[in-house]
Amino acid sequence: MTTTPSTFTRPELICPAGTPAGLRAAIEAGADAVYCGLQNATNARNFPGLNFSVKELTEAVAYANARNAKVLLAINTFPPAGKFDLWKDAIDTAARLGLHAVIVADIGVAAYAARTYPELRVHLSVQAGASSPEAIRYYCEEFGVKRVVLPRILTVTEIADIHRQIPCEIETFIFGNIGMMAEGRCSLTNYITGISTNMDGVCSPAADVRYEETADGTLTTRLGGVMIDRFGCNESAGYPTICKGRYTCAGKSEPYYAFEEPLTLNLSSLLPDLMRAGVTALKIEGRQRSRAYVKAVVSAYRKAVDDIMAGREVALDSLIALTEGSKESQGAFRSKTWR
Amino acid sequence: MTTTTPSLTFGPVLFNWKPEAWRDFYFRVADEAPVDTVYIGETICSKRAPFFVTLFDEVRDRLVAAGKTVVFSTLSETVLKIDRNLVESICAMEGAEIEANDASALYYLRGRPHRIGPLFNAYNEETLRALAAKGAHHVCAPVELPGTSLATLCASAREANVTVEAQVFGRQGLALSARCYHARAHGRTKDSCQFVCENDADGLDLTTLEGKPVLAINGIQTMSYDYLNLIAEVPALAAMGVSALRLSPHSCDMVKVAKMFRGVLDGAIEVAEASRTLDGLNLSAPYSNGFFHGKPGYSLQRAAD
Repeated sequence: MTTTPSTFTRPELICPAGTPAGLRAAIEAGADAVYCGLQNATNARNFPGLNFSVKELTEAVAYANARNAKVLLAINTFPPAGKFDLWKDAIDTAARLGLHAVIVADIGVAAYAARTYPELRVHLSVQAGASSPEAIRYYCEEFGVKRVVLPRILTVTEIADIHRQIPCEIETFIFGNIGMMAEGRCSLTNYITGISTNMDGVCSPAADVRYEETADGTLTTRLGGVMIDRFGCNESAGYPTICKGRYTCAGKSEPYYAFEEPLTLNLSSLLPDLMRAGVTALKIEGRQRSRAYVKAVVSAYRKAVDDIMAGREVALDSLIALTEGSKESQGAFRSKTWR
Repeated sequence: MTTTTPSLTFGPVLFNWKPEAWRDFYFRVADEAPVDTVYIGETICSKRAPFFVTLFDEVRDRLVAAGKTVVFSTLSETVLKIDRNLVESICAMEGAEIEANDASALYYLRGRPHRIGPLFNAYNEETLRALAAKGAHHVCAPVELPGTSLATLCASAREANVTVEAQVFGRQGLALSARCYHARAHGRTKDSCQFVCENDADGLDLTTLEGKPVLAINGIQTMSYDYLNLIAEVPALAAMGVSALRLSPHSCDMVKVAKMFRGVLDGAIEVAEASRTLDGLNLSAPYSNGFFHGKPGYSLQRAAD
């Protein structure tokens, strides 16, 4: 294990792999590990054209192993009663193919993995919403969880504090979409479309998204008949999700982003602090993103982490161009005034 | 197959009511509401809790004297030290029955009898078995679980000696966040909120840019604009083995709501008549029942026969 003269350990860079080509791009760009999902409801990015068949996953593991990279399988949705077998199959597949770890959220799925494959490494997904030391310890003690992916709602100081109180590793998001709602605890998409983020693995399904342009160049975005936002011809329109929509309410004269503006999380400037806080793994969001995007983001962060470890200055300007609408945010991580 | 008549419950008050209004609501419940179990406790925001905790004893005593079972519900999202302290103190209450709404409560409650609340994800039979093995004997299903899955959950719950509850009335909790949206709507943050949520007894409505109300804000919680109403589905819920039906408290006449559900459960009031009475409550928003039917949650489906 490499360490600098200061106090931190070299963190793993965990990168998204939406497709086999994306997986290869991420590993070539310097990912220490990639995470992916199967082509069904067992993962939280269950989009058409995305994810891996069992054959592709088998090949991906071989490709990664040959390059010293790890493959993690996200099995991080919540099986509705009566459909649990699909999630069992996913765990069985992960164990059979020798995946480095499974990332799970549901108690039943965690219990099945721990009971059936005691040697299989279990990570607790951000979808489990474990945000306190007691909650994390519960999962560690009951299901042998080795790593927790923390919700994007904590400050760096709070992450450091949690690190001192739990027996497992910490993985935290550093770049990508900002989930405004506690992950795994949001039924907004199901409320509007009848498709559940927790049970079907889809947030804001493309089939229910509409873009309507009027003669004056105004663009309206909708999800399942509900207007999410309206943009002038000079504004860039974000993908419509309920938590990034504009609304009115009593006592407010103007429409406003009731939850959050469309922003991208970018923690490049907080990287040294996160590493000092005891974070083992830095996660980049975006399995739904293009290969070019993954390559650009992973390369930039690979260089940043290596620069920090070598005591060099970090420059990450190139990442700003990749953020939604060129607006970026440190979300909850910098200060509790975000709340 | 014989089925037992489900019991009727009041879930915890989810909104930041004035402490006296909160206490008087429960006093009236004790005196007049035909419910069997009453859940109390602050599940949304630990900053609100001090106002209610001091009233716990008198409210509990009054409810118990009226023959109600009293259960204390824990906070749904535990992040800060004050959140953690609140969960720990509720779980440490001597002789009290506790409903867990997050995993930090389970950390304290495992190994002794407890309940699982609707804000903790218990979607399936394997989860139910794992929780039961650690002492859970009663599970309130997540609001979005469709009726078909609820039926499967009930069947496996019987084998595991667990009873299942489902919400049948009131706005539905759809999402939680670390950010307080009530504070944000008033240009404040969670720390500087000055308890603005106390102005909205049933939540703050959010309306789209074309004037359609869709959601309601309750502190860190986002809720449905419409009110869940499963009065027409009561016979189906009873037939599939749901043991308890939860009414989520609002500022409307909840005693009347309870009487309608009680009447239908007891066979004393026809569904159609109870529906008409519930329609006459003059709520600010329409009814919905979509989740139960596997449709968009906001929609209103005709109950299957």
